[in-house]
Amino acid sequence: MNVVVCVKQIPDPAEPGQLDPETKTLKRDGKLILDESDSYGVEMALQLVDAAGGGEVTLVSMAPNNEVGGIRTALAMGAAKAILVSDPALAGSDSLGTAKVLAAAIKRAEPDLVLTATESSDGYTGTVPEQVAGLLDLPSVTFAKQISVGDGKVSVQRQTEAGFDDVECPMPAVVSVTAGVVEPRYPSFKGIMAAKSKPVDELTVGDLGLDAGAVGWAGGQQEIVDVSAAEERQAGEIIEDEGEAHLKIVEFLDQLKVL
Amino acid sequence: MALSTVWVFAEARDGKVLPITLEMLAQARELSDNVEAFHGGDGAAIAAELGAHGVTKVHATGDLGGALLGVPVAAAMAAAIEGGAAPDLIMFGTTYDGRDVAGRLSAKLDRTVITNNVGVSVDGDAIVVVEPVFGGSTNVSTKFSGPGPHLALFRPKSFEPAETGGGAAEVAEAAVPDLGGAGGATVTERHVEEREGPSLDDAAVVVSGGRGLGEAEKYDMIETLAKLLKAAPGASRAIVDAGWVPYSYQVGQTGKVVKPTVYIAAGISGATQHMVGMKGSKNIIAINKDAEAPIFSIADLGIVGDVHKVLPKLIEALEARG
Ligand SMILES: Cc1cc2nc3c(=O)[nH]c(=O)nc-3n(C[C@H](O)[C@H](O)[C@H](O)COP(=O)(O)OP(=O)(O)OC[C@H]3O[C@@H](n4cnc5c(N)ncnc54)[C@H](O)[C@@H]3O)c2cc1C
Repeated sequence: MNVVVCVKQIPDPAEPGQLDPETKTLKRDGKLILDESDSYGVEMALQLVDAAGGGEVTLVSMAPNNEVGGIRTALAMGAAKAILVSDPALAGSDSLGTAKVLAAAIKRAEPDLVLTATESSDGYTGTVPEQVAGLLDLPSVTFAKQISVGDGKVSVQRQTEAGFDDVECPMPAVVSVTAGVVEPRYPSFKGIMAAKSKPVDELTVGDLGLDAGAVGWAGGQQEIVDVSAAEERQAGEIIEDEGEAHLKIVEFLDQLKVL
Repeated sequence: MALSTVWVFAEARDGKVLPITLEMLAQARELSDNVEAFHGGDGAAIAAELGAHGVTKVHATGDLGGALLGVPVAAAMAAAIEGGAAPDLIMFGTTYDGRDVAGRLSAKLDRTVITNNVGVSVDGDAIVVVEPVFGGSTNVSTKFSGPGPHLALFRPKSFEPAETGGGAAEVAEAAVPDLGGAGGATVTERHVEEREGPSLDDAAVVVSGGRGLGEAEKYDMIETLAKLLKAAPGASRAIVDAGWVPYSYQVGQTGKVVKPTVYIAAGISGATQHMVGMKGSKNIIAINKDAEAPIFSIADLGIVGDVHKVLPKLIEALEARG
């Protein structure tokens, strides 16, 4: 069974995010790392391929400047190869533009299953998985907290407001996975060394046969008109607990008449 | 200029319309005199409630036999739009199904979808949506360009629901066209994780615990406290991921948005992703042993102290009051 995992390479979330003053979009020009949310899909894919007794995991990523920092991490976990789409024309792509690129790249790998995260950690639009599935005309299941494959079907426990649903879906399919679907492995030293020589197919928008006018700023159907500071919430009274702080809480709750 | 028609993707559970739908309906009425709903299911069952919230017409697919909503509802919407019923704007809630339908429809119509919004207005003839970023410290306003219908996803609790006292909405059948290869994802069984007491959505008090509790067993303190305060227990993602409590307890960017009268955060640092889910609370009490914890910057009452000392005493004091 062949599985494609969409992986995003993002600025380190530990560093505070910044908007580019010119374009008013997130700055992504520094070093990029594998979005932690995608490590779950990579692990799940490796385990599913293992359970199926054969096949490969292919990574698909779109990133500026042919960045491979995050891809190498996922290759080190055990993915076989990667397709990286990088092109100046992709700057400013919205979720639909991104989905067009990912869908075109995924097609090349002819997978039985496509895994994604439910949303990226930096942009978190959360719509790309369904957009990709829509463009590929594949069925899909979002918010998987457990996945198994058999009989040409993927069986998923899908998170819901109330609990979870058991969902069955014919393959090929697109499935988005939540954190917690599996525990991602740490790359081993051997894995890290092997990752250095694994193939990364670097493509441009033209290579994918996409119209540059449909992606990036050119394809955008939106315009940022204002960026402003939100109203700040003021900090109130801060006290050090010296054994009596709970009384302060009771008093506060009393004042608010919630007791 | 007012919009001629706005659609709201209407969700319901057990015959009751979800709060997020009612919230969006109230806001939709600010934008247009003709607010219609689109529902993946039986329209007649919710037509009265939708009408009471100002909906003139509900487009409904009828029973979908357990299919996940994304594919069939988006296909029915696209067909209705092609049939000439196109609205200027379609509002979706940031829910599991809302995101699925919006994403599918975006691909189908080749229209962008703007997500995570908390506000929307009409400026001249443009629709402008507002999205908070960086944990709610910055607001980004974005205007749709190009032809509609425009698609936008809204966060829960962004608007106040309001009844208009209108009569039942007219029910219009929205046929689901042939789904080709994309159909087929079907729910075979639904599991409800029982929760006791009030829900995070409408409790006046929410008590949340974080990693500062130290271990799973200590979450008992949060549940005891919640019971005493008739509150809903909540959690940070750190302890959900650690498996201490189910995902349905999570407050934050990828969990619930809550706006109670009082939010109590115990042993929670105040990461931006947590804060976007609880910043709108009317009053915030934080207990954290680190005086530098970011949660204190938004707390009305901050206790620098150990949860293992403060919470048991608080529980005792509340029990003593009876
Ligand atoms: C894409 C993405 C989405 C996310 N979505 C969410 C979300 O929806 N909700 C969410 O909550 N998080 C979310 N997070 C995670 C978030 O970034 C934080 O990691 C998480 O909120 C931290 O949880 P915490 O405060 O419980 O743990 P920590 O950050 O580890 O904080 C624990 C706190 O407890 C305090 N403490 C320790 N011991 C004690 C004691 N004995 N007494 C009192 N205080 C003590 C410490 O001082 C510390 O401040 C998301 C992250 C990403 C990347």
